[in-house]
Amino acid sequence: MFDPEVGKGVEAFHPTHDTNTGISNTKLAMWLFLGSECLLFGGLITTYLVYKYPLPGQGPGPQDVFDIPFTSASSFVLLMSSLTMVLAVSAIERGDHHRLRAWLVATALLGSAFVAGQVYEFTAFYNEGLGFTTSRFSSAFYGLTGFHGVHVTVGIIMLVSMLLLSLRGKLPEHKAESVEIVGLYWHFVDLVWILIFAVVYLIP
Amino acid sequence: MTVTDAPLELTSGDEPPRRTLGVFARPTASTGWRSWFTSVDHKKIGVMYGATALFFFIIGGVEALLIRAQLWAPRGTLLNADQYNQVFTMHGTTMIFLVVMPIGAAFANYLMPLQIGARDVAFPRINAFSFWAFLAGGIFLNSSWFLGGGADGGWFMYAPNSTVTFSPSNGIDFWNIGLLITGIASLTGAVNLIVTVLNMRAPGMTLMKMPVFTWMTLVSQFLLLFAIPVLTSAQFLLLFDRNFDAAFFDVAKGGQPLLWEHLFWIFGHPEVYLMILPAFGLVSDILPVFSRKPIFGYTFIVFSGVAIGFMGWGVWAHHMFVSGIGPVSVLVFSLATMFIAVPTGVKILNWTATMVGGKIKLTAPMLFCIGLITMFTIGGLSGVTHSVAPADTQQTDTYYIVAHFHYVLFGGAFFGFMAGFYFYWPKVFGYLLNEKLGKANFWLMFVGFNLTFGPMHVLGLQGMSRRIYTYDAGYGFEFWNRLATIGAFLLASSIALFIFNIFYSKSKAKNLPNPGPDPWDARTIEWMIPSPTPVYNFDPVPTVERLDDFWYRKYGETEDGRLVRIASTEEVTQSAEGEHNVHLPSPSYWPLVAAIGLPIIGWGLIFTWWLCLIGGLLTAGALYAWALEPPDDPEAGHDHHPHEGSAPEGEVAVSDAETDEAGADREVETVG
Repeated sequence: MFDPEVGKGVEAFHPTHDTNTGISNTKLAMWLFLGSECLLFGGLITTYLVYKYPLPGQGPGPQDVFDIPFTSASSFVLLMSSLTMVLAVSAIERGDHHRLRAWLVATALLGSAFVAGQVYEFTAFYNEGLGFTTSRFSSAFYGLTGFHGVHVTVGIIMLVSMLLLSLRGKLPEHKAESVEIVGLYWHFVDLVWILIFAVVYLIP
Repeated sequence: MTVTDAPLELTSGDEPPRRTLGVFARPTASTGWRSWFTSVDHKKIGVMYGATALFFFIIGGVEALLIRAQLWAPRGTLLNADQYNQVFTMHGTTMIFLVVMPIGAAFANYLMPLQIGARDVAFPRINAFSFWAFLAGGIFLNSSWFLGGGADGGWFMYAPNSTVTFSPSNGIDFWNIGLLITGIASLTGAVNLIVTVLNMRAPGMTLMKMPVFTWMTLVSQFLLLFAIPVLTSAQFLLLFDRNFDAAFFDVAKGGQPLLWEHLFWIFGHPEVYLMILPAFGLVSDILPVFSRKPIFGYTFIVFSGVAIGFMGWGVWAHHMFVSGIGPVSVLVFSLATMFIAVPTGVKILNWTATMVGGKIKLTAPMLFCIGLITMFTIGGLSGVTHSVAPADTQQTDTYYIVAHFHYVLFGGAFFGFMAGFYFYWPKVFGYLLNEKLGKANFWLMFVGFNLTFGPMHVLGLQGMSRRIYTYDAGYGFEFWNRLATIGAFLLASSIALFIFNIFYSKSKAKNLPNPGPDPWDARTIEWMIPSPTPVYNFDPVPTVERLDDFWYRKYGETEDGRLVRIASTEEVTQSAEGEHNVHLPSPSYWPLVAAIGLPIIGWGLIFTWWLCLIGGLLTAGALYAWALEPPDDPEAGHDHHPHEGSAPEGEVAVSDAETDEAGADREVETVG
């Protein structure tokens, strides 16, 4: 990184270089945070499994409202955003800033499409009589999927922040890891969706 | 990346020095009150954690005294039932979340980087944020006293008792949101401290050469990392139930109160271990010093701690034996609870064996260590009795349980912390606490503690329920309650004595010489550096060759195994004299600003929506300003030594170039 002779006599504070594990502090921190997130979603998924069906006569149940082809399509959109995320990381590692921006935009747009799909889905369910307070099923369903939607939204904010940094020239190659770390978060959110999609929509 | 020939120009060219978002100039103060608000120094943050926790300890202690005064005699009238509910709930919540956990964090923050030979923690600003968020959560929680009354559902806040129907005041909302905020603090702290231990050890310090306290910090922070989100998810359910009419615990809509119990105790039991493990670590480092022997079975101590960390996840339902969880669950959790006593027993055996055959010096910290071993053994044994489900069915929600967990948390964790205070005081503040007062402090606390909580075993076995604000005469409760109340006031006076000792010793210390780097003839490398610790910690960073490295720099062994001195303390310790051009991370306002937004969001959720907006904008804005602010101020001078002037011009210039690279590397680290 820098000539060791230059810094002689000055012991610098350089936590990102030469860590004991070889993994940078920020990346390790993101991995730990994602480990913690697993338990957070674990608690909410458990809650959903306990409350999967409403009591009889308390509003529609899962089989009455779910539109599986529609949700499959929006799940596919979200999964494709993981691909564009990988391409964004690969672009910055090669120093290709134009492609980086293009793939960041693509990822953010795919993520937004997923969130838009969720908004549409929630609106449709609400019109069919499934409000947040209708039954234990509705609370658990909106709680879990809404929580995931917030995670996707935070991810989009991170992607847009990366894009703005890149446009202002503040995201040079040597900071490629920042994009990679945002990517870690993004892939995690996608992975969790696969689990949620299977547990909530597919398993009867 | 290139290194420029003209050092004063910015090498990467993408980070012009500027006021971040044009709001604040980068803070520069390293002394005075201002420095505390902007500090990112792990030592200052550790001290603030400790001071804040002691402040909340006094609040929680006053609540405890109110409880004991109410129970002094049958049909007490000091508090009514509603006030009593609030006082015991807030006592438990305060002591667990605002006292024991933060004191553990205080020691972890201050000591762990010193024990591994690091300059600071991995993310100094996140560290500052953790502290401020903890303080904000604590203030928010206690603001309930002035805004309609405290929470009243007991510290584990069982549903459906916690719903609006049964607790219409805002107390539980304050509890819920306050603990969500301290949860954020704990989570960010856990990530930070784990990364520090795993990534920032001094050369040569492998995991199995780390002091036991550092190991126990690592284990307890992992517990925190995985336990806090479970509580957070449960608290989200409660938040939606209370504030947005969800049906999670609404029995009429099929909500299951048992779900709360499971989620709460999946958090709650690891929580118990993460409170006690830091104290275990302190004792494991202090006992060998005053026994003048290495710790007996270091690997056993470490791995039993790790085993507790793992097994702690499999015993939560022993809190729920009377909830009707079914015979299979009861059997499984009974057995698991019996097994978890094994690694704990291993530790007690190892501590005892460390003392056997040693040259024991009964100093105040040593007395507190022995106090922990004996009191925790009693608490541990009464804990094992809970694993016997039929007996536990009788004892659940009686004073027997109250006696048990005070023996492990006060007799265990807090005695360990007291040992840590007395032992590390000179390292932190540069003067020793008075030994005579320290010993008196120990005996007063020891007697007061046993007098308070010993009788509760009897009361519990006699059938006195916990959390009942009064009792009738004629059940045989009077005598034991009276003893417990006398004990509680003795205990309070022992804390007063401790606080007196702090100020008394400080005033006496003016006429005494500095205790030097190593007043106890200690074993671990934090005693190599001057007392009080200089801002840069180590200069140079030592290379570690073995466990208890500092000890073996002082002592060697003859062929027949006798200890001989091979170097004087002066030869192997570091000096504060001379130039120390150590570059440290720069202070920042943003962690404080980001934390201030959190309770404002909380008050907004309870009272009016627009406050949420203000708080949210404050926090989000601060996070962005923080992410865009380089961790190291390119304009700052780089000689952070408090006693020296600025470094020679050339060096400042050179390190400027370097700083900018470091800053650029880490600039966006906290976007998430």
